[in-house]
Amino acid sequence: MNHVIIGAGPAGVVAAETLRKLVPEANVTLVGDEQEPPYSRMALPYYLVQQIAESGTYLRKSSDHFSRLNIDVRQDKVASINRKQQQVMLSSGGAVPYDKLLIATGSRPVSPRIPGMDLPGIYACWTLEDARNIAARSKPGAKVLLMGAGFIGCIILEALAKSGADLTVVEMEDRMVPRMMNDTAGGLIKAWCEEQGVHVHTSTKVTAIEKNGGSFSVTLNTGSTITADLIVSATGVHPNVDLLAGTGVETDDGILVNRNMQTNDPNIFAAGDVAQGRDFSTGEYSVQAIQPTAAEHAQLAARNMAGIVGAVHRGSVNMNVLDTLGLISSSFGLWMGAKDGQTSELLNRDRYRYLNLQFADDVLVGATSLGLTQHVGVLRGLIQSKTRLGVWKERLLEDPTRIMEAYLGSTQALGFNARIL
Amino acid sequence: MAWTRKILRVNLTKGTCVAEPLNMDWATKYLGQRGLASKYLAEEIDPACDALSPANNLIMATGPLTGTMASTGGRYSVITKSPLTGAIACSNSGGFIGNEIKNAGWDMIIFEGKSPKPVYLYLENDNATLCSADEIWGKSVWETDDILHTKYQDPLLRIAAVGRAAEQGCLYSAVVNDKHRAAGRSGVGTVMASKNLKAVAVRGTKGVGNIRDPQAFIRATVEGKRVLAENAMTGEGLGALGTQALMNVINEVGAMPTRNMREVQFEGASKISGEAMLEPRESDGKANLTTNGACFGCTIACGRISTIDPQHYTIADKPQYAGNSGGLEYEAAWALGSNTGVDDLDALTYANFLCNEDGYDPISFGATVSAAMELFQIGALTTKDTGGLELKFGSAEALTKAAELVAIGEGFGKDLGLGSKRLCDKYGHPELSMTVKGQEFPAYDPRGIQGMGLAYATSNRGACHLRGYTVSSEILGVPVKTDPFATEGKPELVKAFQDATAAVDSAGLCVFTTFAWTLEDIAPQVAAACEGNWTAESMVEAGERIWNLERKFNIDAGLTAADDTLPERLLKDAAKTGPAKGKVNELGKMLPQYYQIRGWTVDGVPTAETLARLSV
Amino acid sequence: MLKALQLEPEKCTGCLQCEMACSYENEGIFNPSKSRIKVFTFHEEGRFAPYTCTQCAEAWCLHACPVEAIVINPVTGSKDVLEDVCVGCKVCTIACPFGTVNYNADTGKVIKCDLCGGEPACASACPTQAITYVDADHTGLDRMRAHAAQTIPRN
Repeated sequence: MNHVIIGAGPAGVVAAETLRKLVPEANVTLVGDEQEPPYSRMALPYYLVQQIAESGTYLRKSSDHFSRLNIDVRQDKVASINRKQQQVMLSSGGAVPYDKLLIATGSRPVSPRIPGMDLPGIYACWTLEDARNIAARSKPGAKVLLMGAGFIGCIILEALAKSGADLTVVEMEDRMVPRMMNDTAGGLIKAWCEEQGVHVHTSTKVTAIEKNGGSFSVTLNTGSTITADLIVSATGVHPNVDLLAGTGVETDDGILVNRNMQTNDPNIFAAGDVAQGRDFSTGEYSVQAIQPTAAEHAQLAARNMAGIVGAVHRGSVNMNVLDTLGLISSSFGLWMGAKDGQTSELLNRDRYRYLNLQFADDVLVGATSLGLTQHVGVLRGLIQSKTRLGVWKERLLEDPTRIMEAYLGSTQALGFNARIL
Repeated sequence: MAWTRKILRVNLTKGTCVAEPLNMDWATKYLGQRGLASKYLAEEIDPACDALSPANNLIMATGPLTGTMASTGGRYSVITKSPLTGAIACSNSGGFIGNEIKNAGWDMIIFEGKSPKPVYLYLENDNATLCSADEIWGKSVWETDDILHTKYQDPLLRIAAVGRAAEQGCLYSAVVNDKHRAAGRSGVGTVMASKNLKAVAVRGTKGVGNIRDPQAFIRATVEGKRVLAENAMTGEGLGALGTQALMNVINEVGAMPTRNMREVQFEGASKISGEAMLEPRESDGKANLTTNGACFGCTIACGRISTIDPQHYTIADKPQYAGNSGGLEYEAAWALGSNTGVDDLDALTYANFLCNEDGYDPISFGATVSAAMELFQIGALTTKDTGGLELKFGSAEALTKAAELVAIGEGFGKDLGLGSKRLCDKYGHPELSMTVKGQEFPAYDPRGIQGMGLAYATSNRGACHLRGYTVSSEILGVPVKTDPFATEGKPELVKAFQDATAAVDSAGLCVFTTFAWTLEDIAPQVAAACEGNWTAESMVEAGERIWNLERKFNIDAGLTAADDTLPERLLKDAAKTGPAKGKVNELGKMLPQYYQIRGWTVDGVPTAETLARLSV
Repeated sequence: MLKALQLEPEKCTGCLQCEMACSYENEGIFNPSKSRIKVFTFHEEGRFAPYTCTQCAEAWCLHACPVEAIVINPVTGSKDVLEDVCVGCKVCTIACPFGTVNYNADTGKVIKCDLCGGEPACASACPTQAITYVDADHTGLDRMRAHAAQTIPRN
């Protein structure tokens, strides 16, 4: 049995390891096109601020991890997939036959179509190579422009600000992290960043970039011009689906999969950022470019590839956690609210504390938090377990900070033992 | 060590919060909490000042063991000059805020002056801010607690606050922390409110370290906890029945002050006892007591968590009191119950809830109501004075209505808020006030427990059982049994208890540990935690030093030997029933000798030699 | 035979000795805010509930970690955070559906229960045996485990 995985990011690696555990005798091949051992993009910001060495970004720490597990790691680019012959064709020549194939090619940054966007010296912060380049140029006093204040932009933001650079952030939409935070929370994050000396322009677009000697001259749609020594682009990512063009494997935003993470070709699976998997909250299929979803996809795909019956995806909860210069925020599920649902909200602007819970009936379906670091995962637990909150819902409407009590009080084992249920 | 070596000084007049180093010379002599803060108070204010003026200071102090794994190591005290007694006041409380202050990095907080407007202190580690109290002034302690928790979105914020009683000037107002723990006695809450300080909200995440010898400390505290666990009272009795374990015991020995201390046994004691709190009631089949709860770090867990009978008249239209809250301790059950002649457990529980909700001392409140009941009985008070309230002994309705009025300082509640002494003075019968130095008695009648008479008379904060609890020896036989009716040896016994208690109160520990612990058990814990050579002997010496410091403060405040006395009722009217039948308290036989062994003059003034010997 | 922490809220008095023991064992200081085990107070109900990681088989935190900073302890079966590997990205804190992995801003790392390597300090410190370290197949644990499984059905 030949299992082949394209992409050596978290989804690819977790799938390879899961397969090894499930089918010890099978061949498992992992093909990745970057120079380095499999590494985590999540860790790049920490590498940028030199909190960790490059090796600290590696997904697996021991150098013989994959050989010990008898996983064949190929540093190569996949040129094409031959579905008929069930082969993966490598750029370096040669083919890898597969019985089951997993596409875990992740995503890549996309650049807006702006004059000058292709100038040298403009980096996405996506690969280790990008990070090395940014780290070399983001120095104290350097003028740095960050394009995009989405989730990835905000992760890099902290690293850039910490480097001592004079940082300006430009975000097209009307608030920071618009796809993770509502107006209130996004506004608070902006105020916080500005308080820390970062210049933040929301509802602002870069319209042109010109090289002006050693630096860039950047024109904004507001008419003003700013100078930058370094430009970091984080304006969005797109699933790497190009490989599938012409193969007949169906794609939309990402690769379409069923609840077994299987594409329309029963021998081909997809996982991670490239897969349009099931969203727990909406029941719809969409790309969730986040680490926990990648790991869930990968485990599920591997189990299905190994032929385990009943490994069905119930959907992943969309969630994110962000640390913007010390202000920690998170959001879960239907943080924007559910139809006919109820909201419990608590705001303290002075302290940058915010908590917003979304209910459908007496079930928690979404949440947003700012400044919460303790027991925050229980928000996911309550959402994903669809726990009926009963009396606790009313109490949470009154005081959403009692979330942990609500969880313990309304879950059978503890609630019962504590004589609360 | 174990001290954080840092004090927060808050000048309410100027609105400033300043950190300063702890005076370590004083710390090694006065240990912490009660002793150390009393030293600061004595050095910094004029003892003769008006307690409710800006010239008074209010100190919240922790001990060196506060916030450590020593059992009961979560205490803090509020030290100030008392408006009730004019003497030095130190009220000790458990709960969780003491630990929080220490975890925020502070040994004590000293409040000076008076804020021009109501404020509260928000303290998060190093960050201390005085904030406008507009949204909480005029609110109860419980509302204040809820509002601040929600505002800061922090369930672990620990809050101490004064209620509406203090705002209205009730002279025995408490500082309530964690909703139902209180620095209850002597009107420390009244002082806090007089400074326009509504609350202190604390969050500490720094931890408590600086343990001198960590291994020895863990050994000593583990051993201490073992001793507590194996003792019948601290290992079992207090957990099961709370201090209410004493109700039936004290009633049987005939030392249960009843109906303003006219009698020494209460026929309804069994109905309001700890045992009664365990009996399922008819309405919902539940007992008054839900469970026992602990203060921070306490392995005894005597705290009562109770509900009121849902069908009881007090809460029929008040669902906000339907849940669990702090239940009756022995002192509260006695003061609200036996001393007023009320045997309705739910009425007492309700009144106790109100004491916590709006912050006033249930002992002084119950004793003041009982004095008012006696005034009412003899006709010195009428319904014209009370606004229609029929203040009859045994009337639960009168008790709970009085509690409601004192809570908000309205109507006759204003008079009741004066305390027993001023109330009886006002209505022309000072002899009916059962107080020492203006503070109401607790739940042990000194006719049946002679040593307690001397302890009350000489207590530095007025009548109080927690300044020298000789009940322990005279009734319970701890550490040695003495005859409760004898006066011989009692001056020595009282002095020993007073000095030892002062040391325990200054360490950050709960005095209830001394049902099982002696200073021989405590000293190794203190010694392992703190620099300085702490032994049982040096702790006794520190205790004696503290006692004399407090005494000197009181004398400088204008108190004299004439204040070291008991109401005539206890000295002249013999107990009518029980084992103590026919007895009065024979204070006169004990007091002179007490002065002598204290090293005081015949007028009760510490001699220069004594002060020098103890280097006060 | 693996052992596990058995938590019995009905025995808890809320004294927080466990939190002090935990922080002292792991941080060398008495600091409940850094404790891996937490006691929750139900004021209205008059109840207390100690709560910490159940070392669940699903190991959500471990799988969510992007840098392999959470590993299974071969001796105790606990899921341990390798502090020198953790980058502090906090993904595990949102991934753990039980809310038992927490971020420690002072160190920039996450903390969770590691059973103290097999001698949990909280269990030794608990004066009422509300926290005990027992064989993992003990009946009381079944309920907690069953609950953990029911909470988030494994995909």
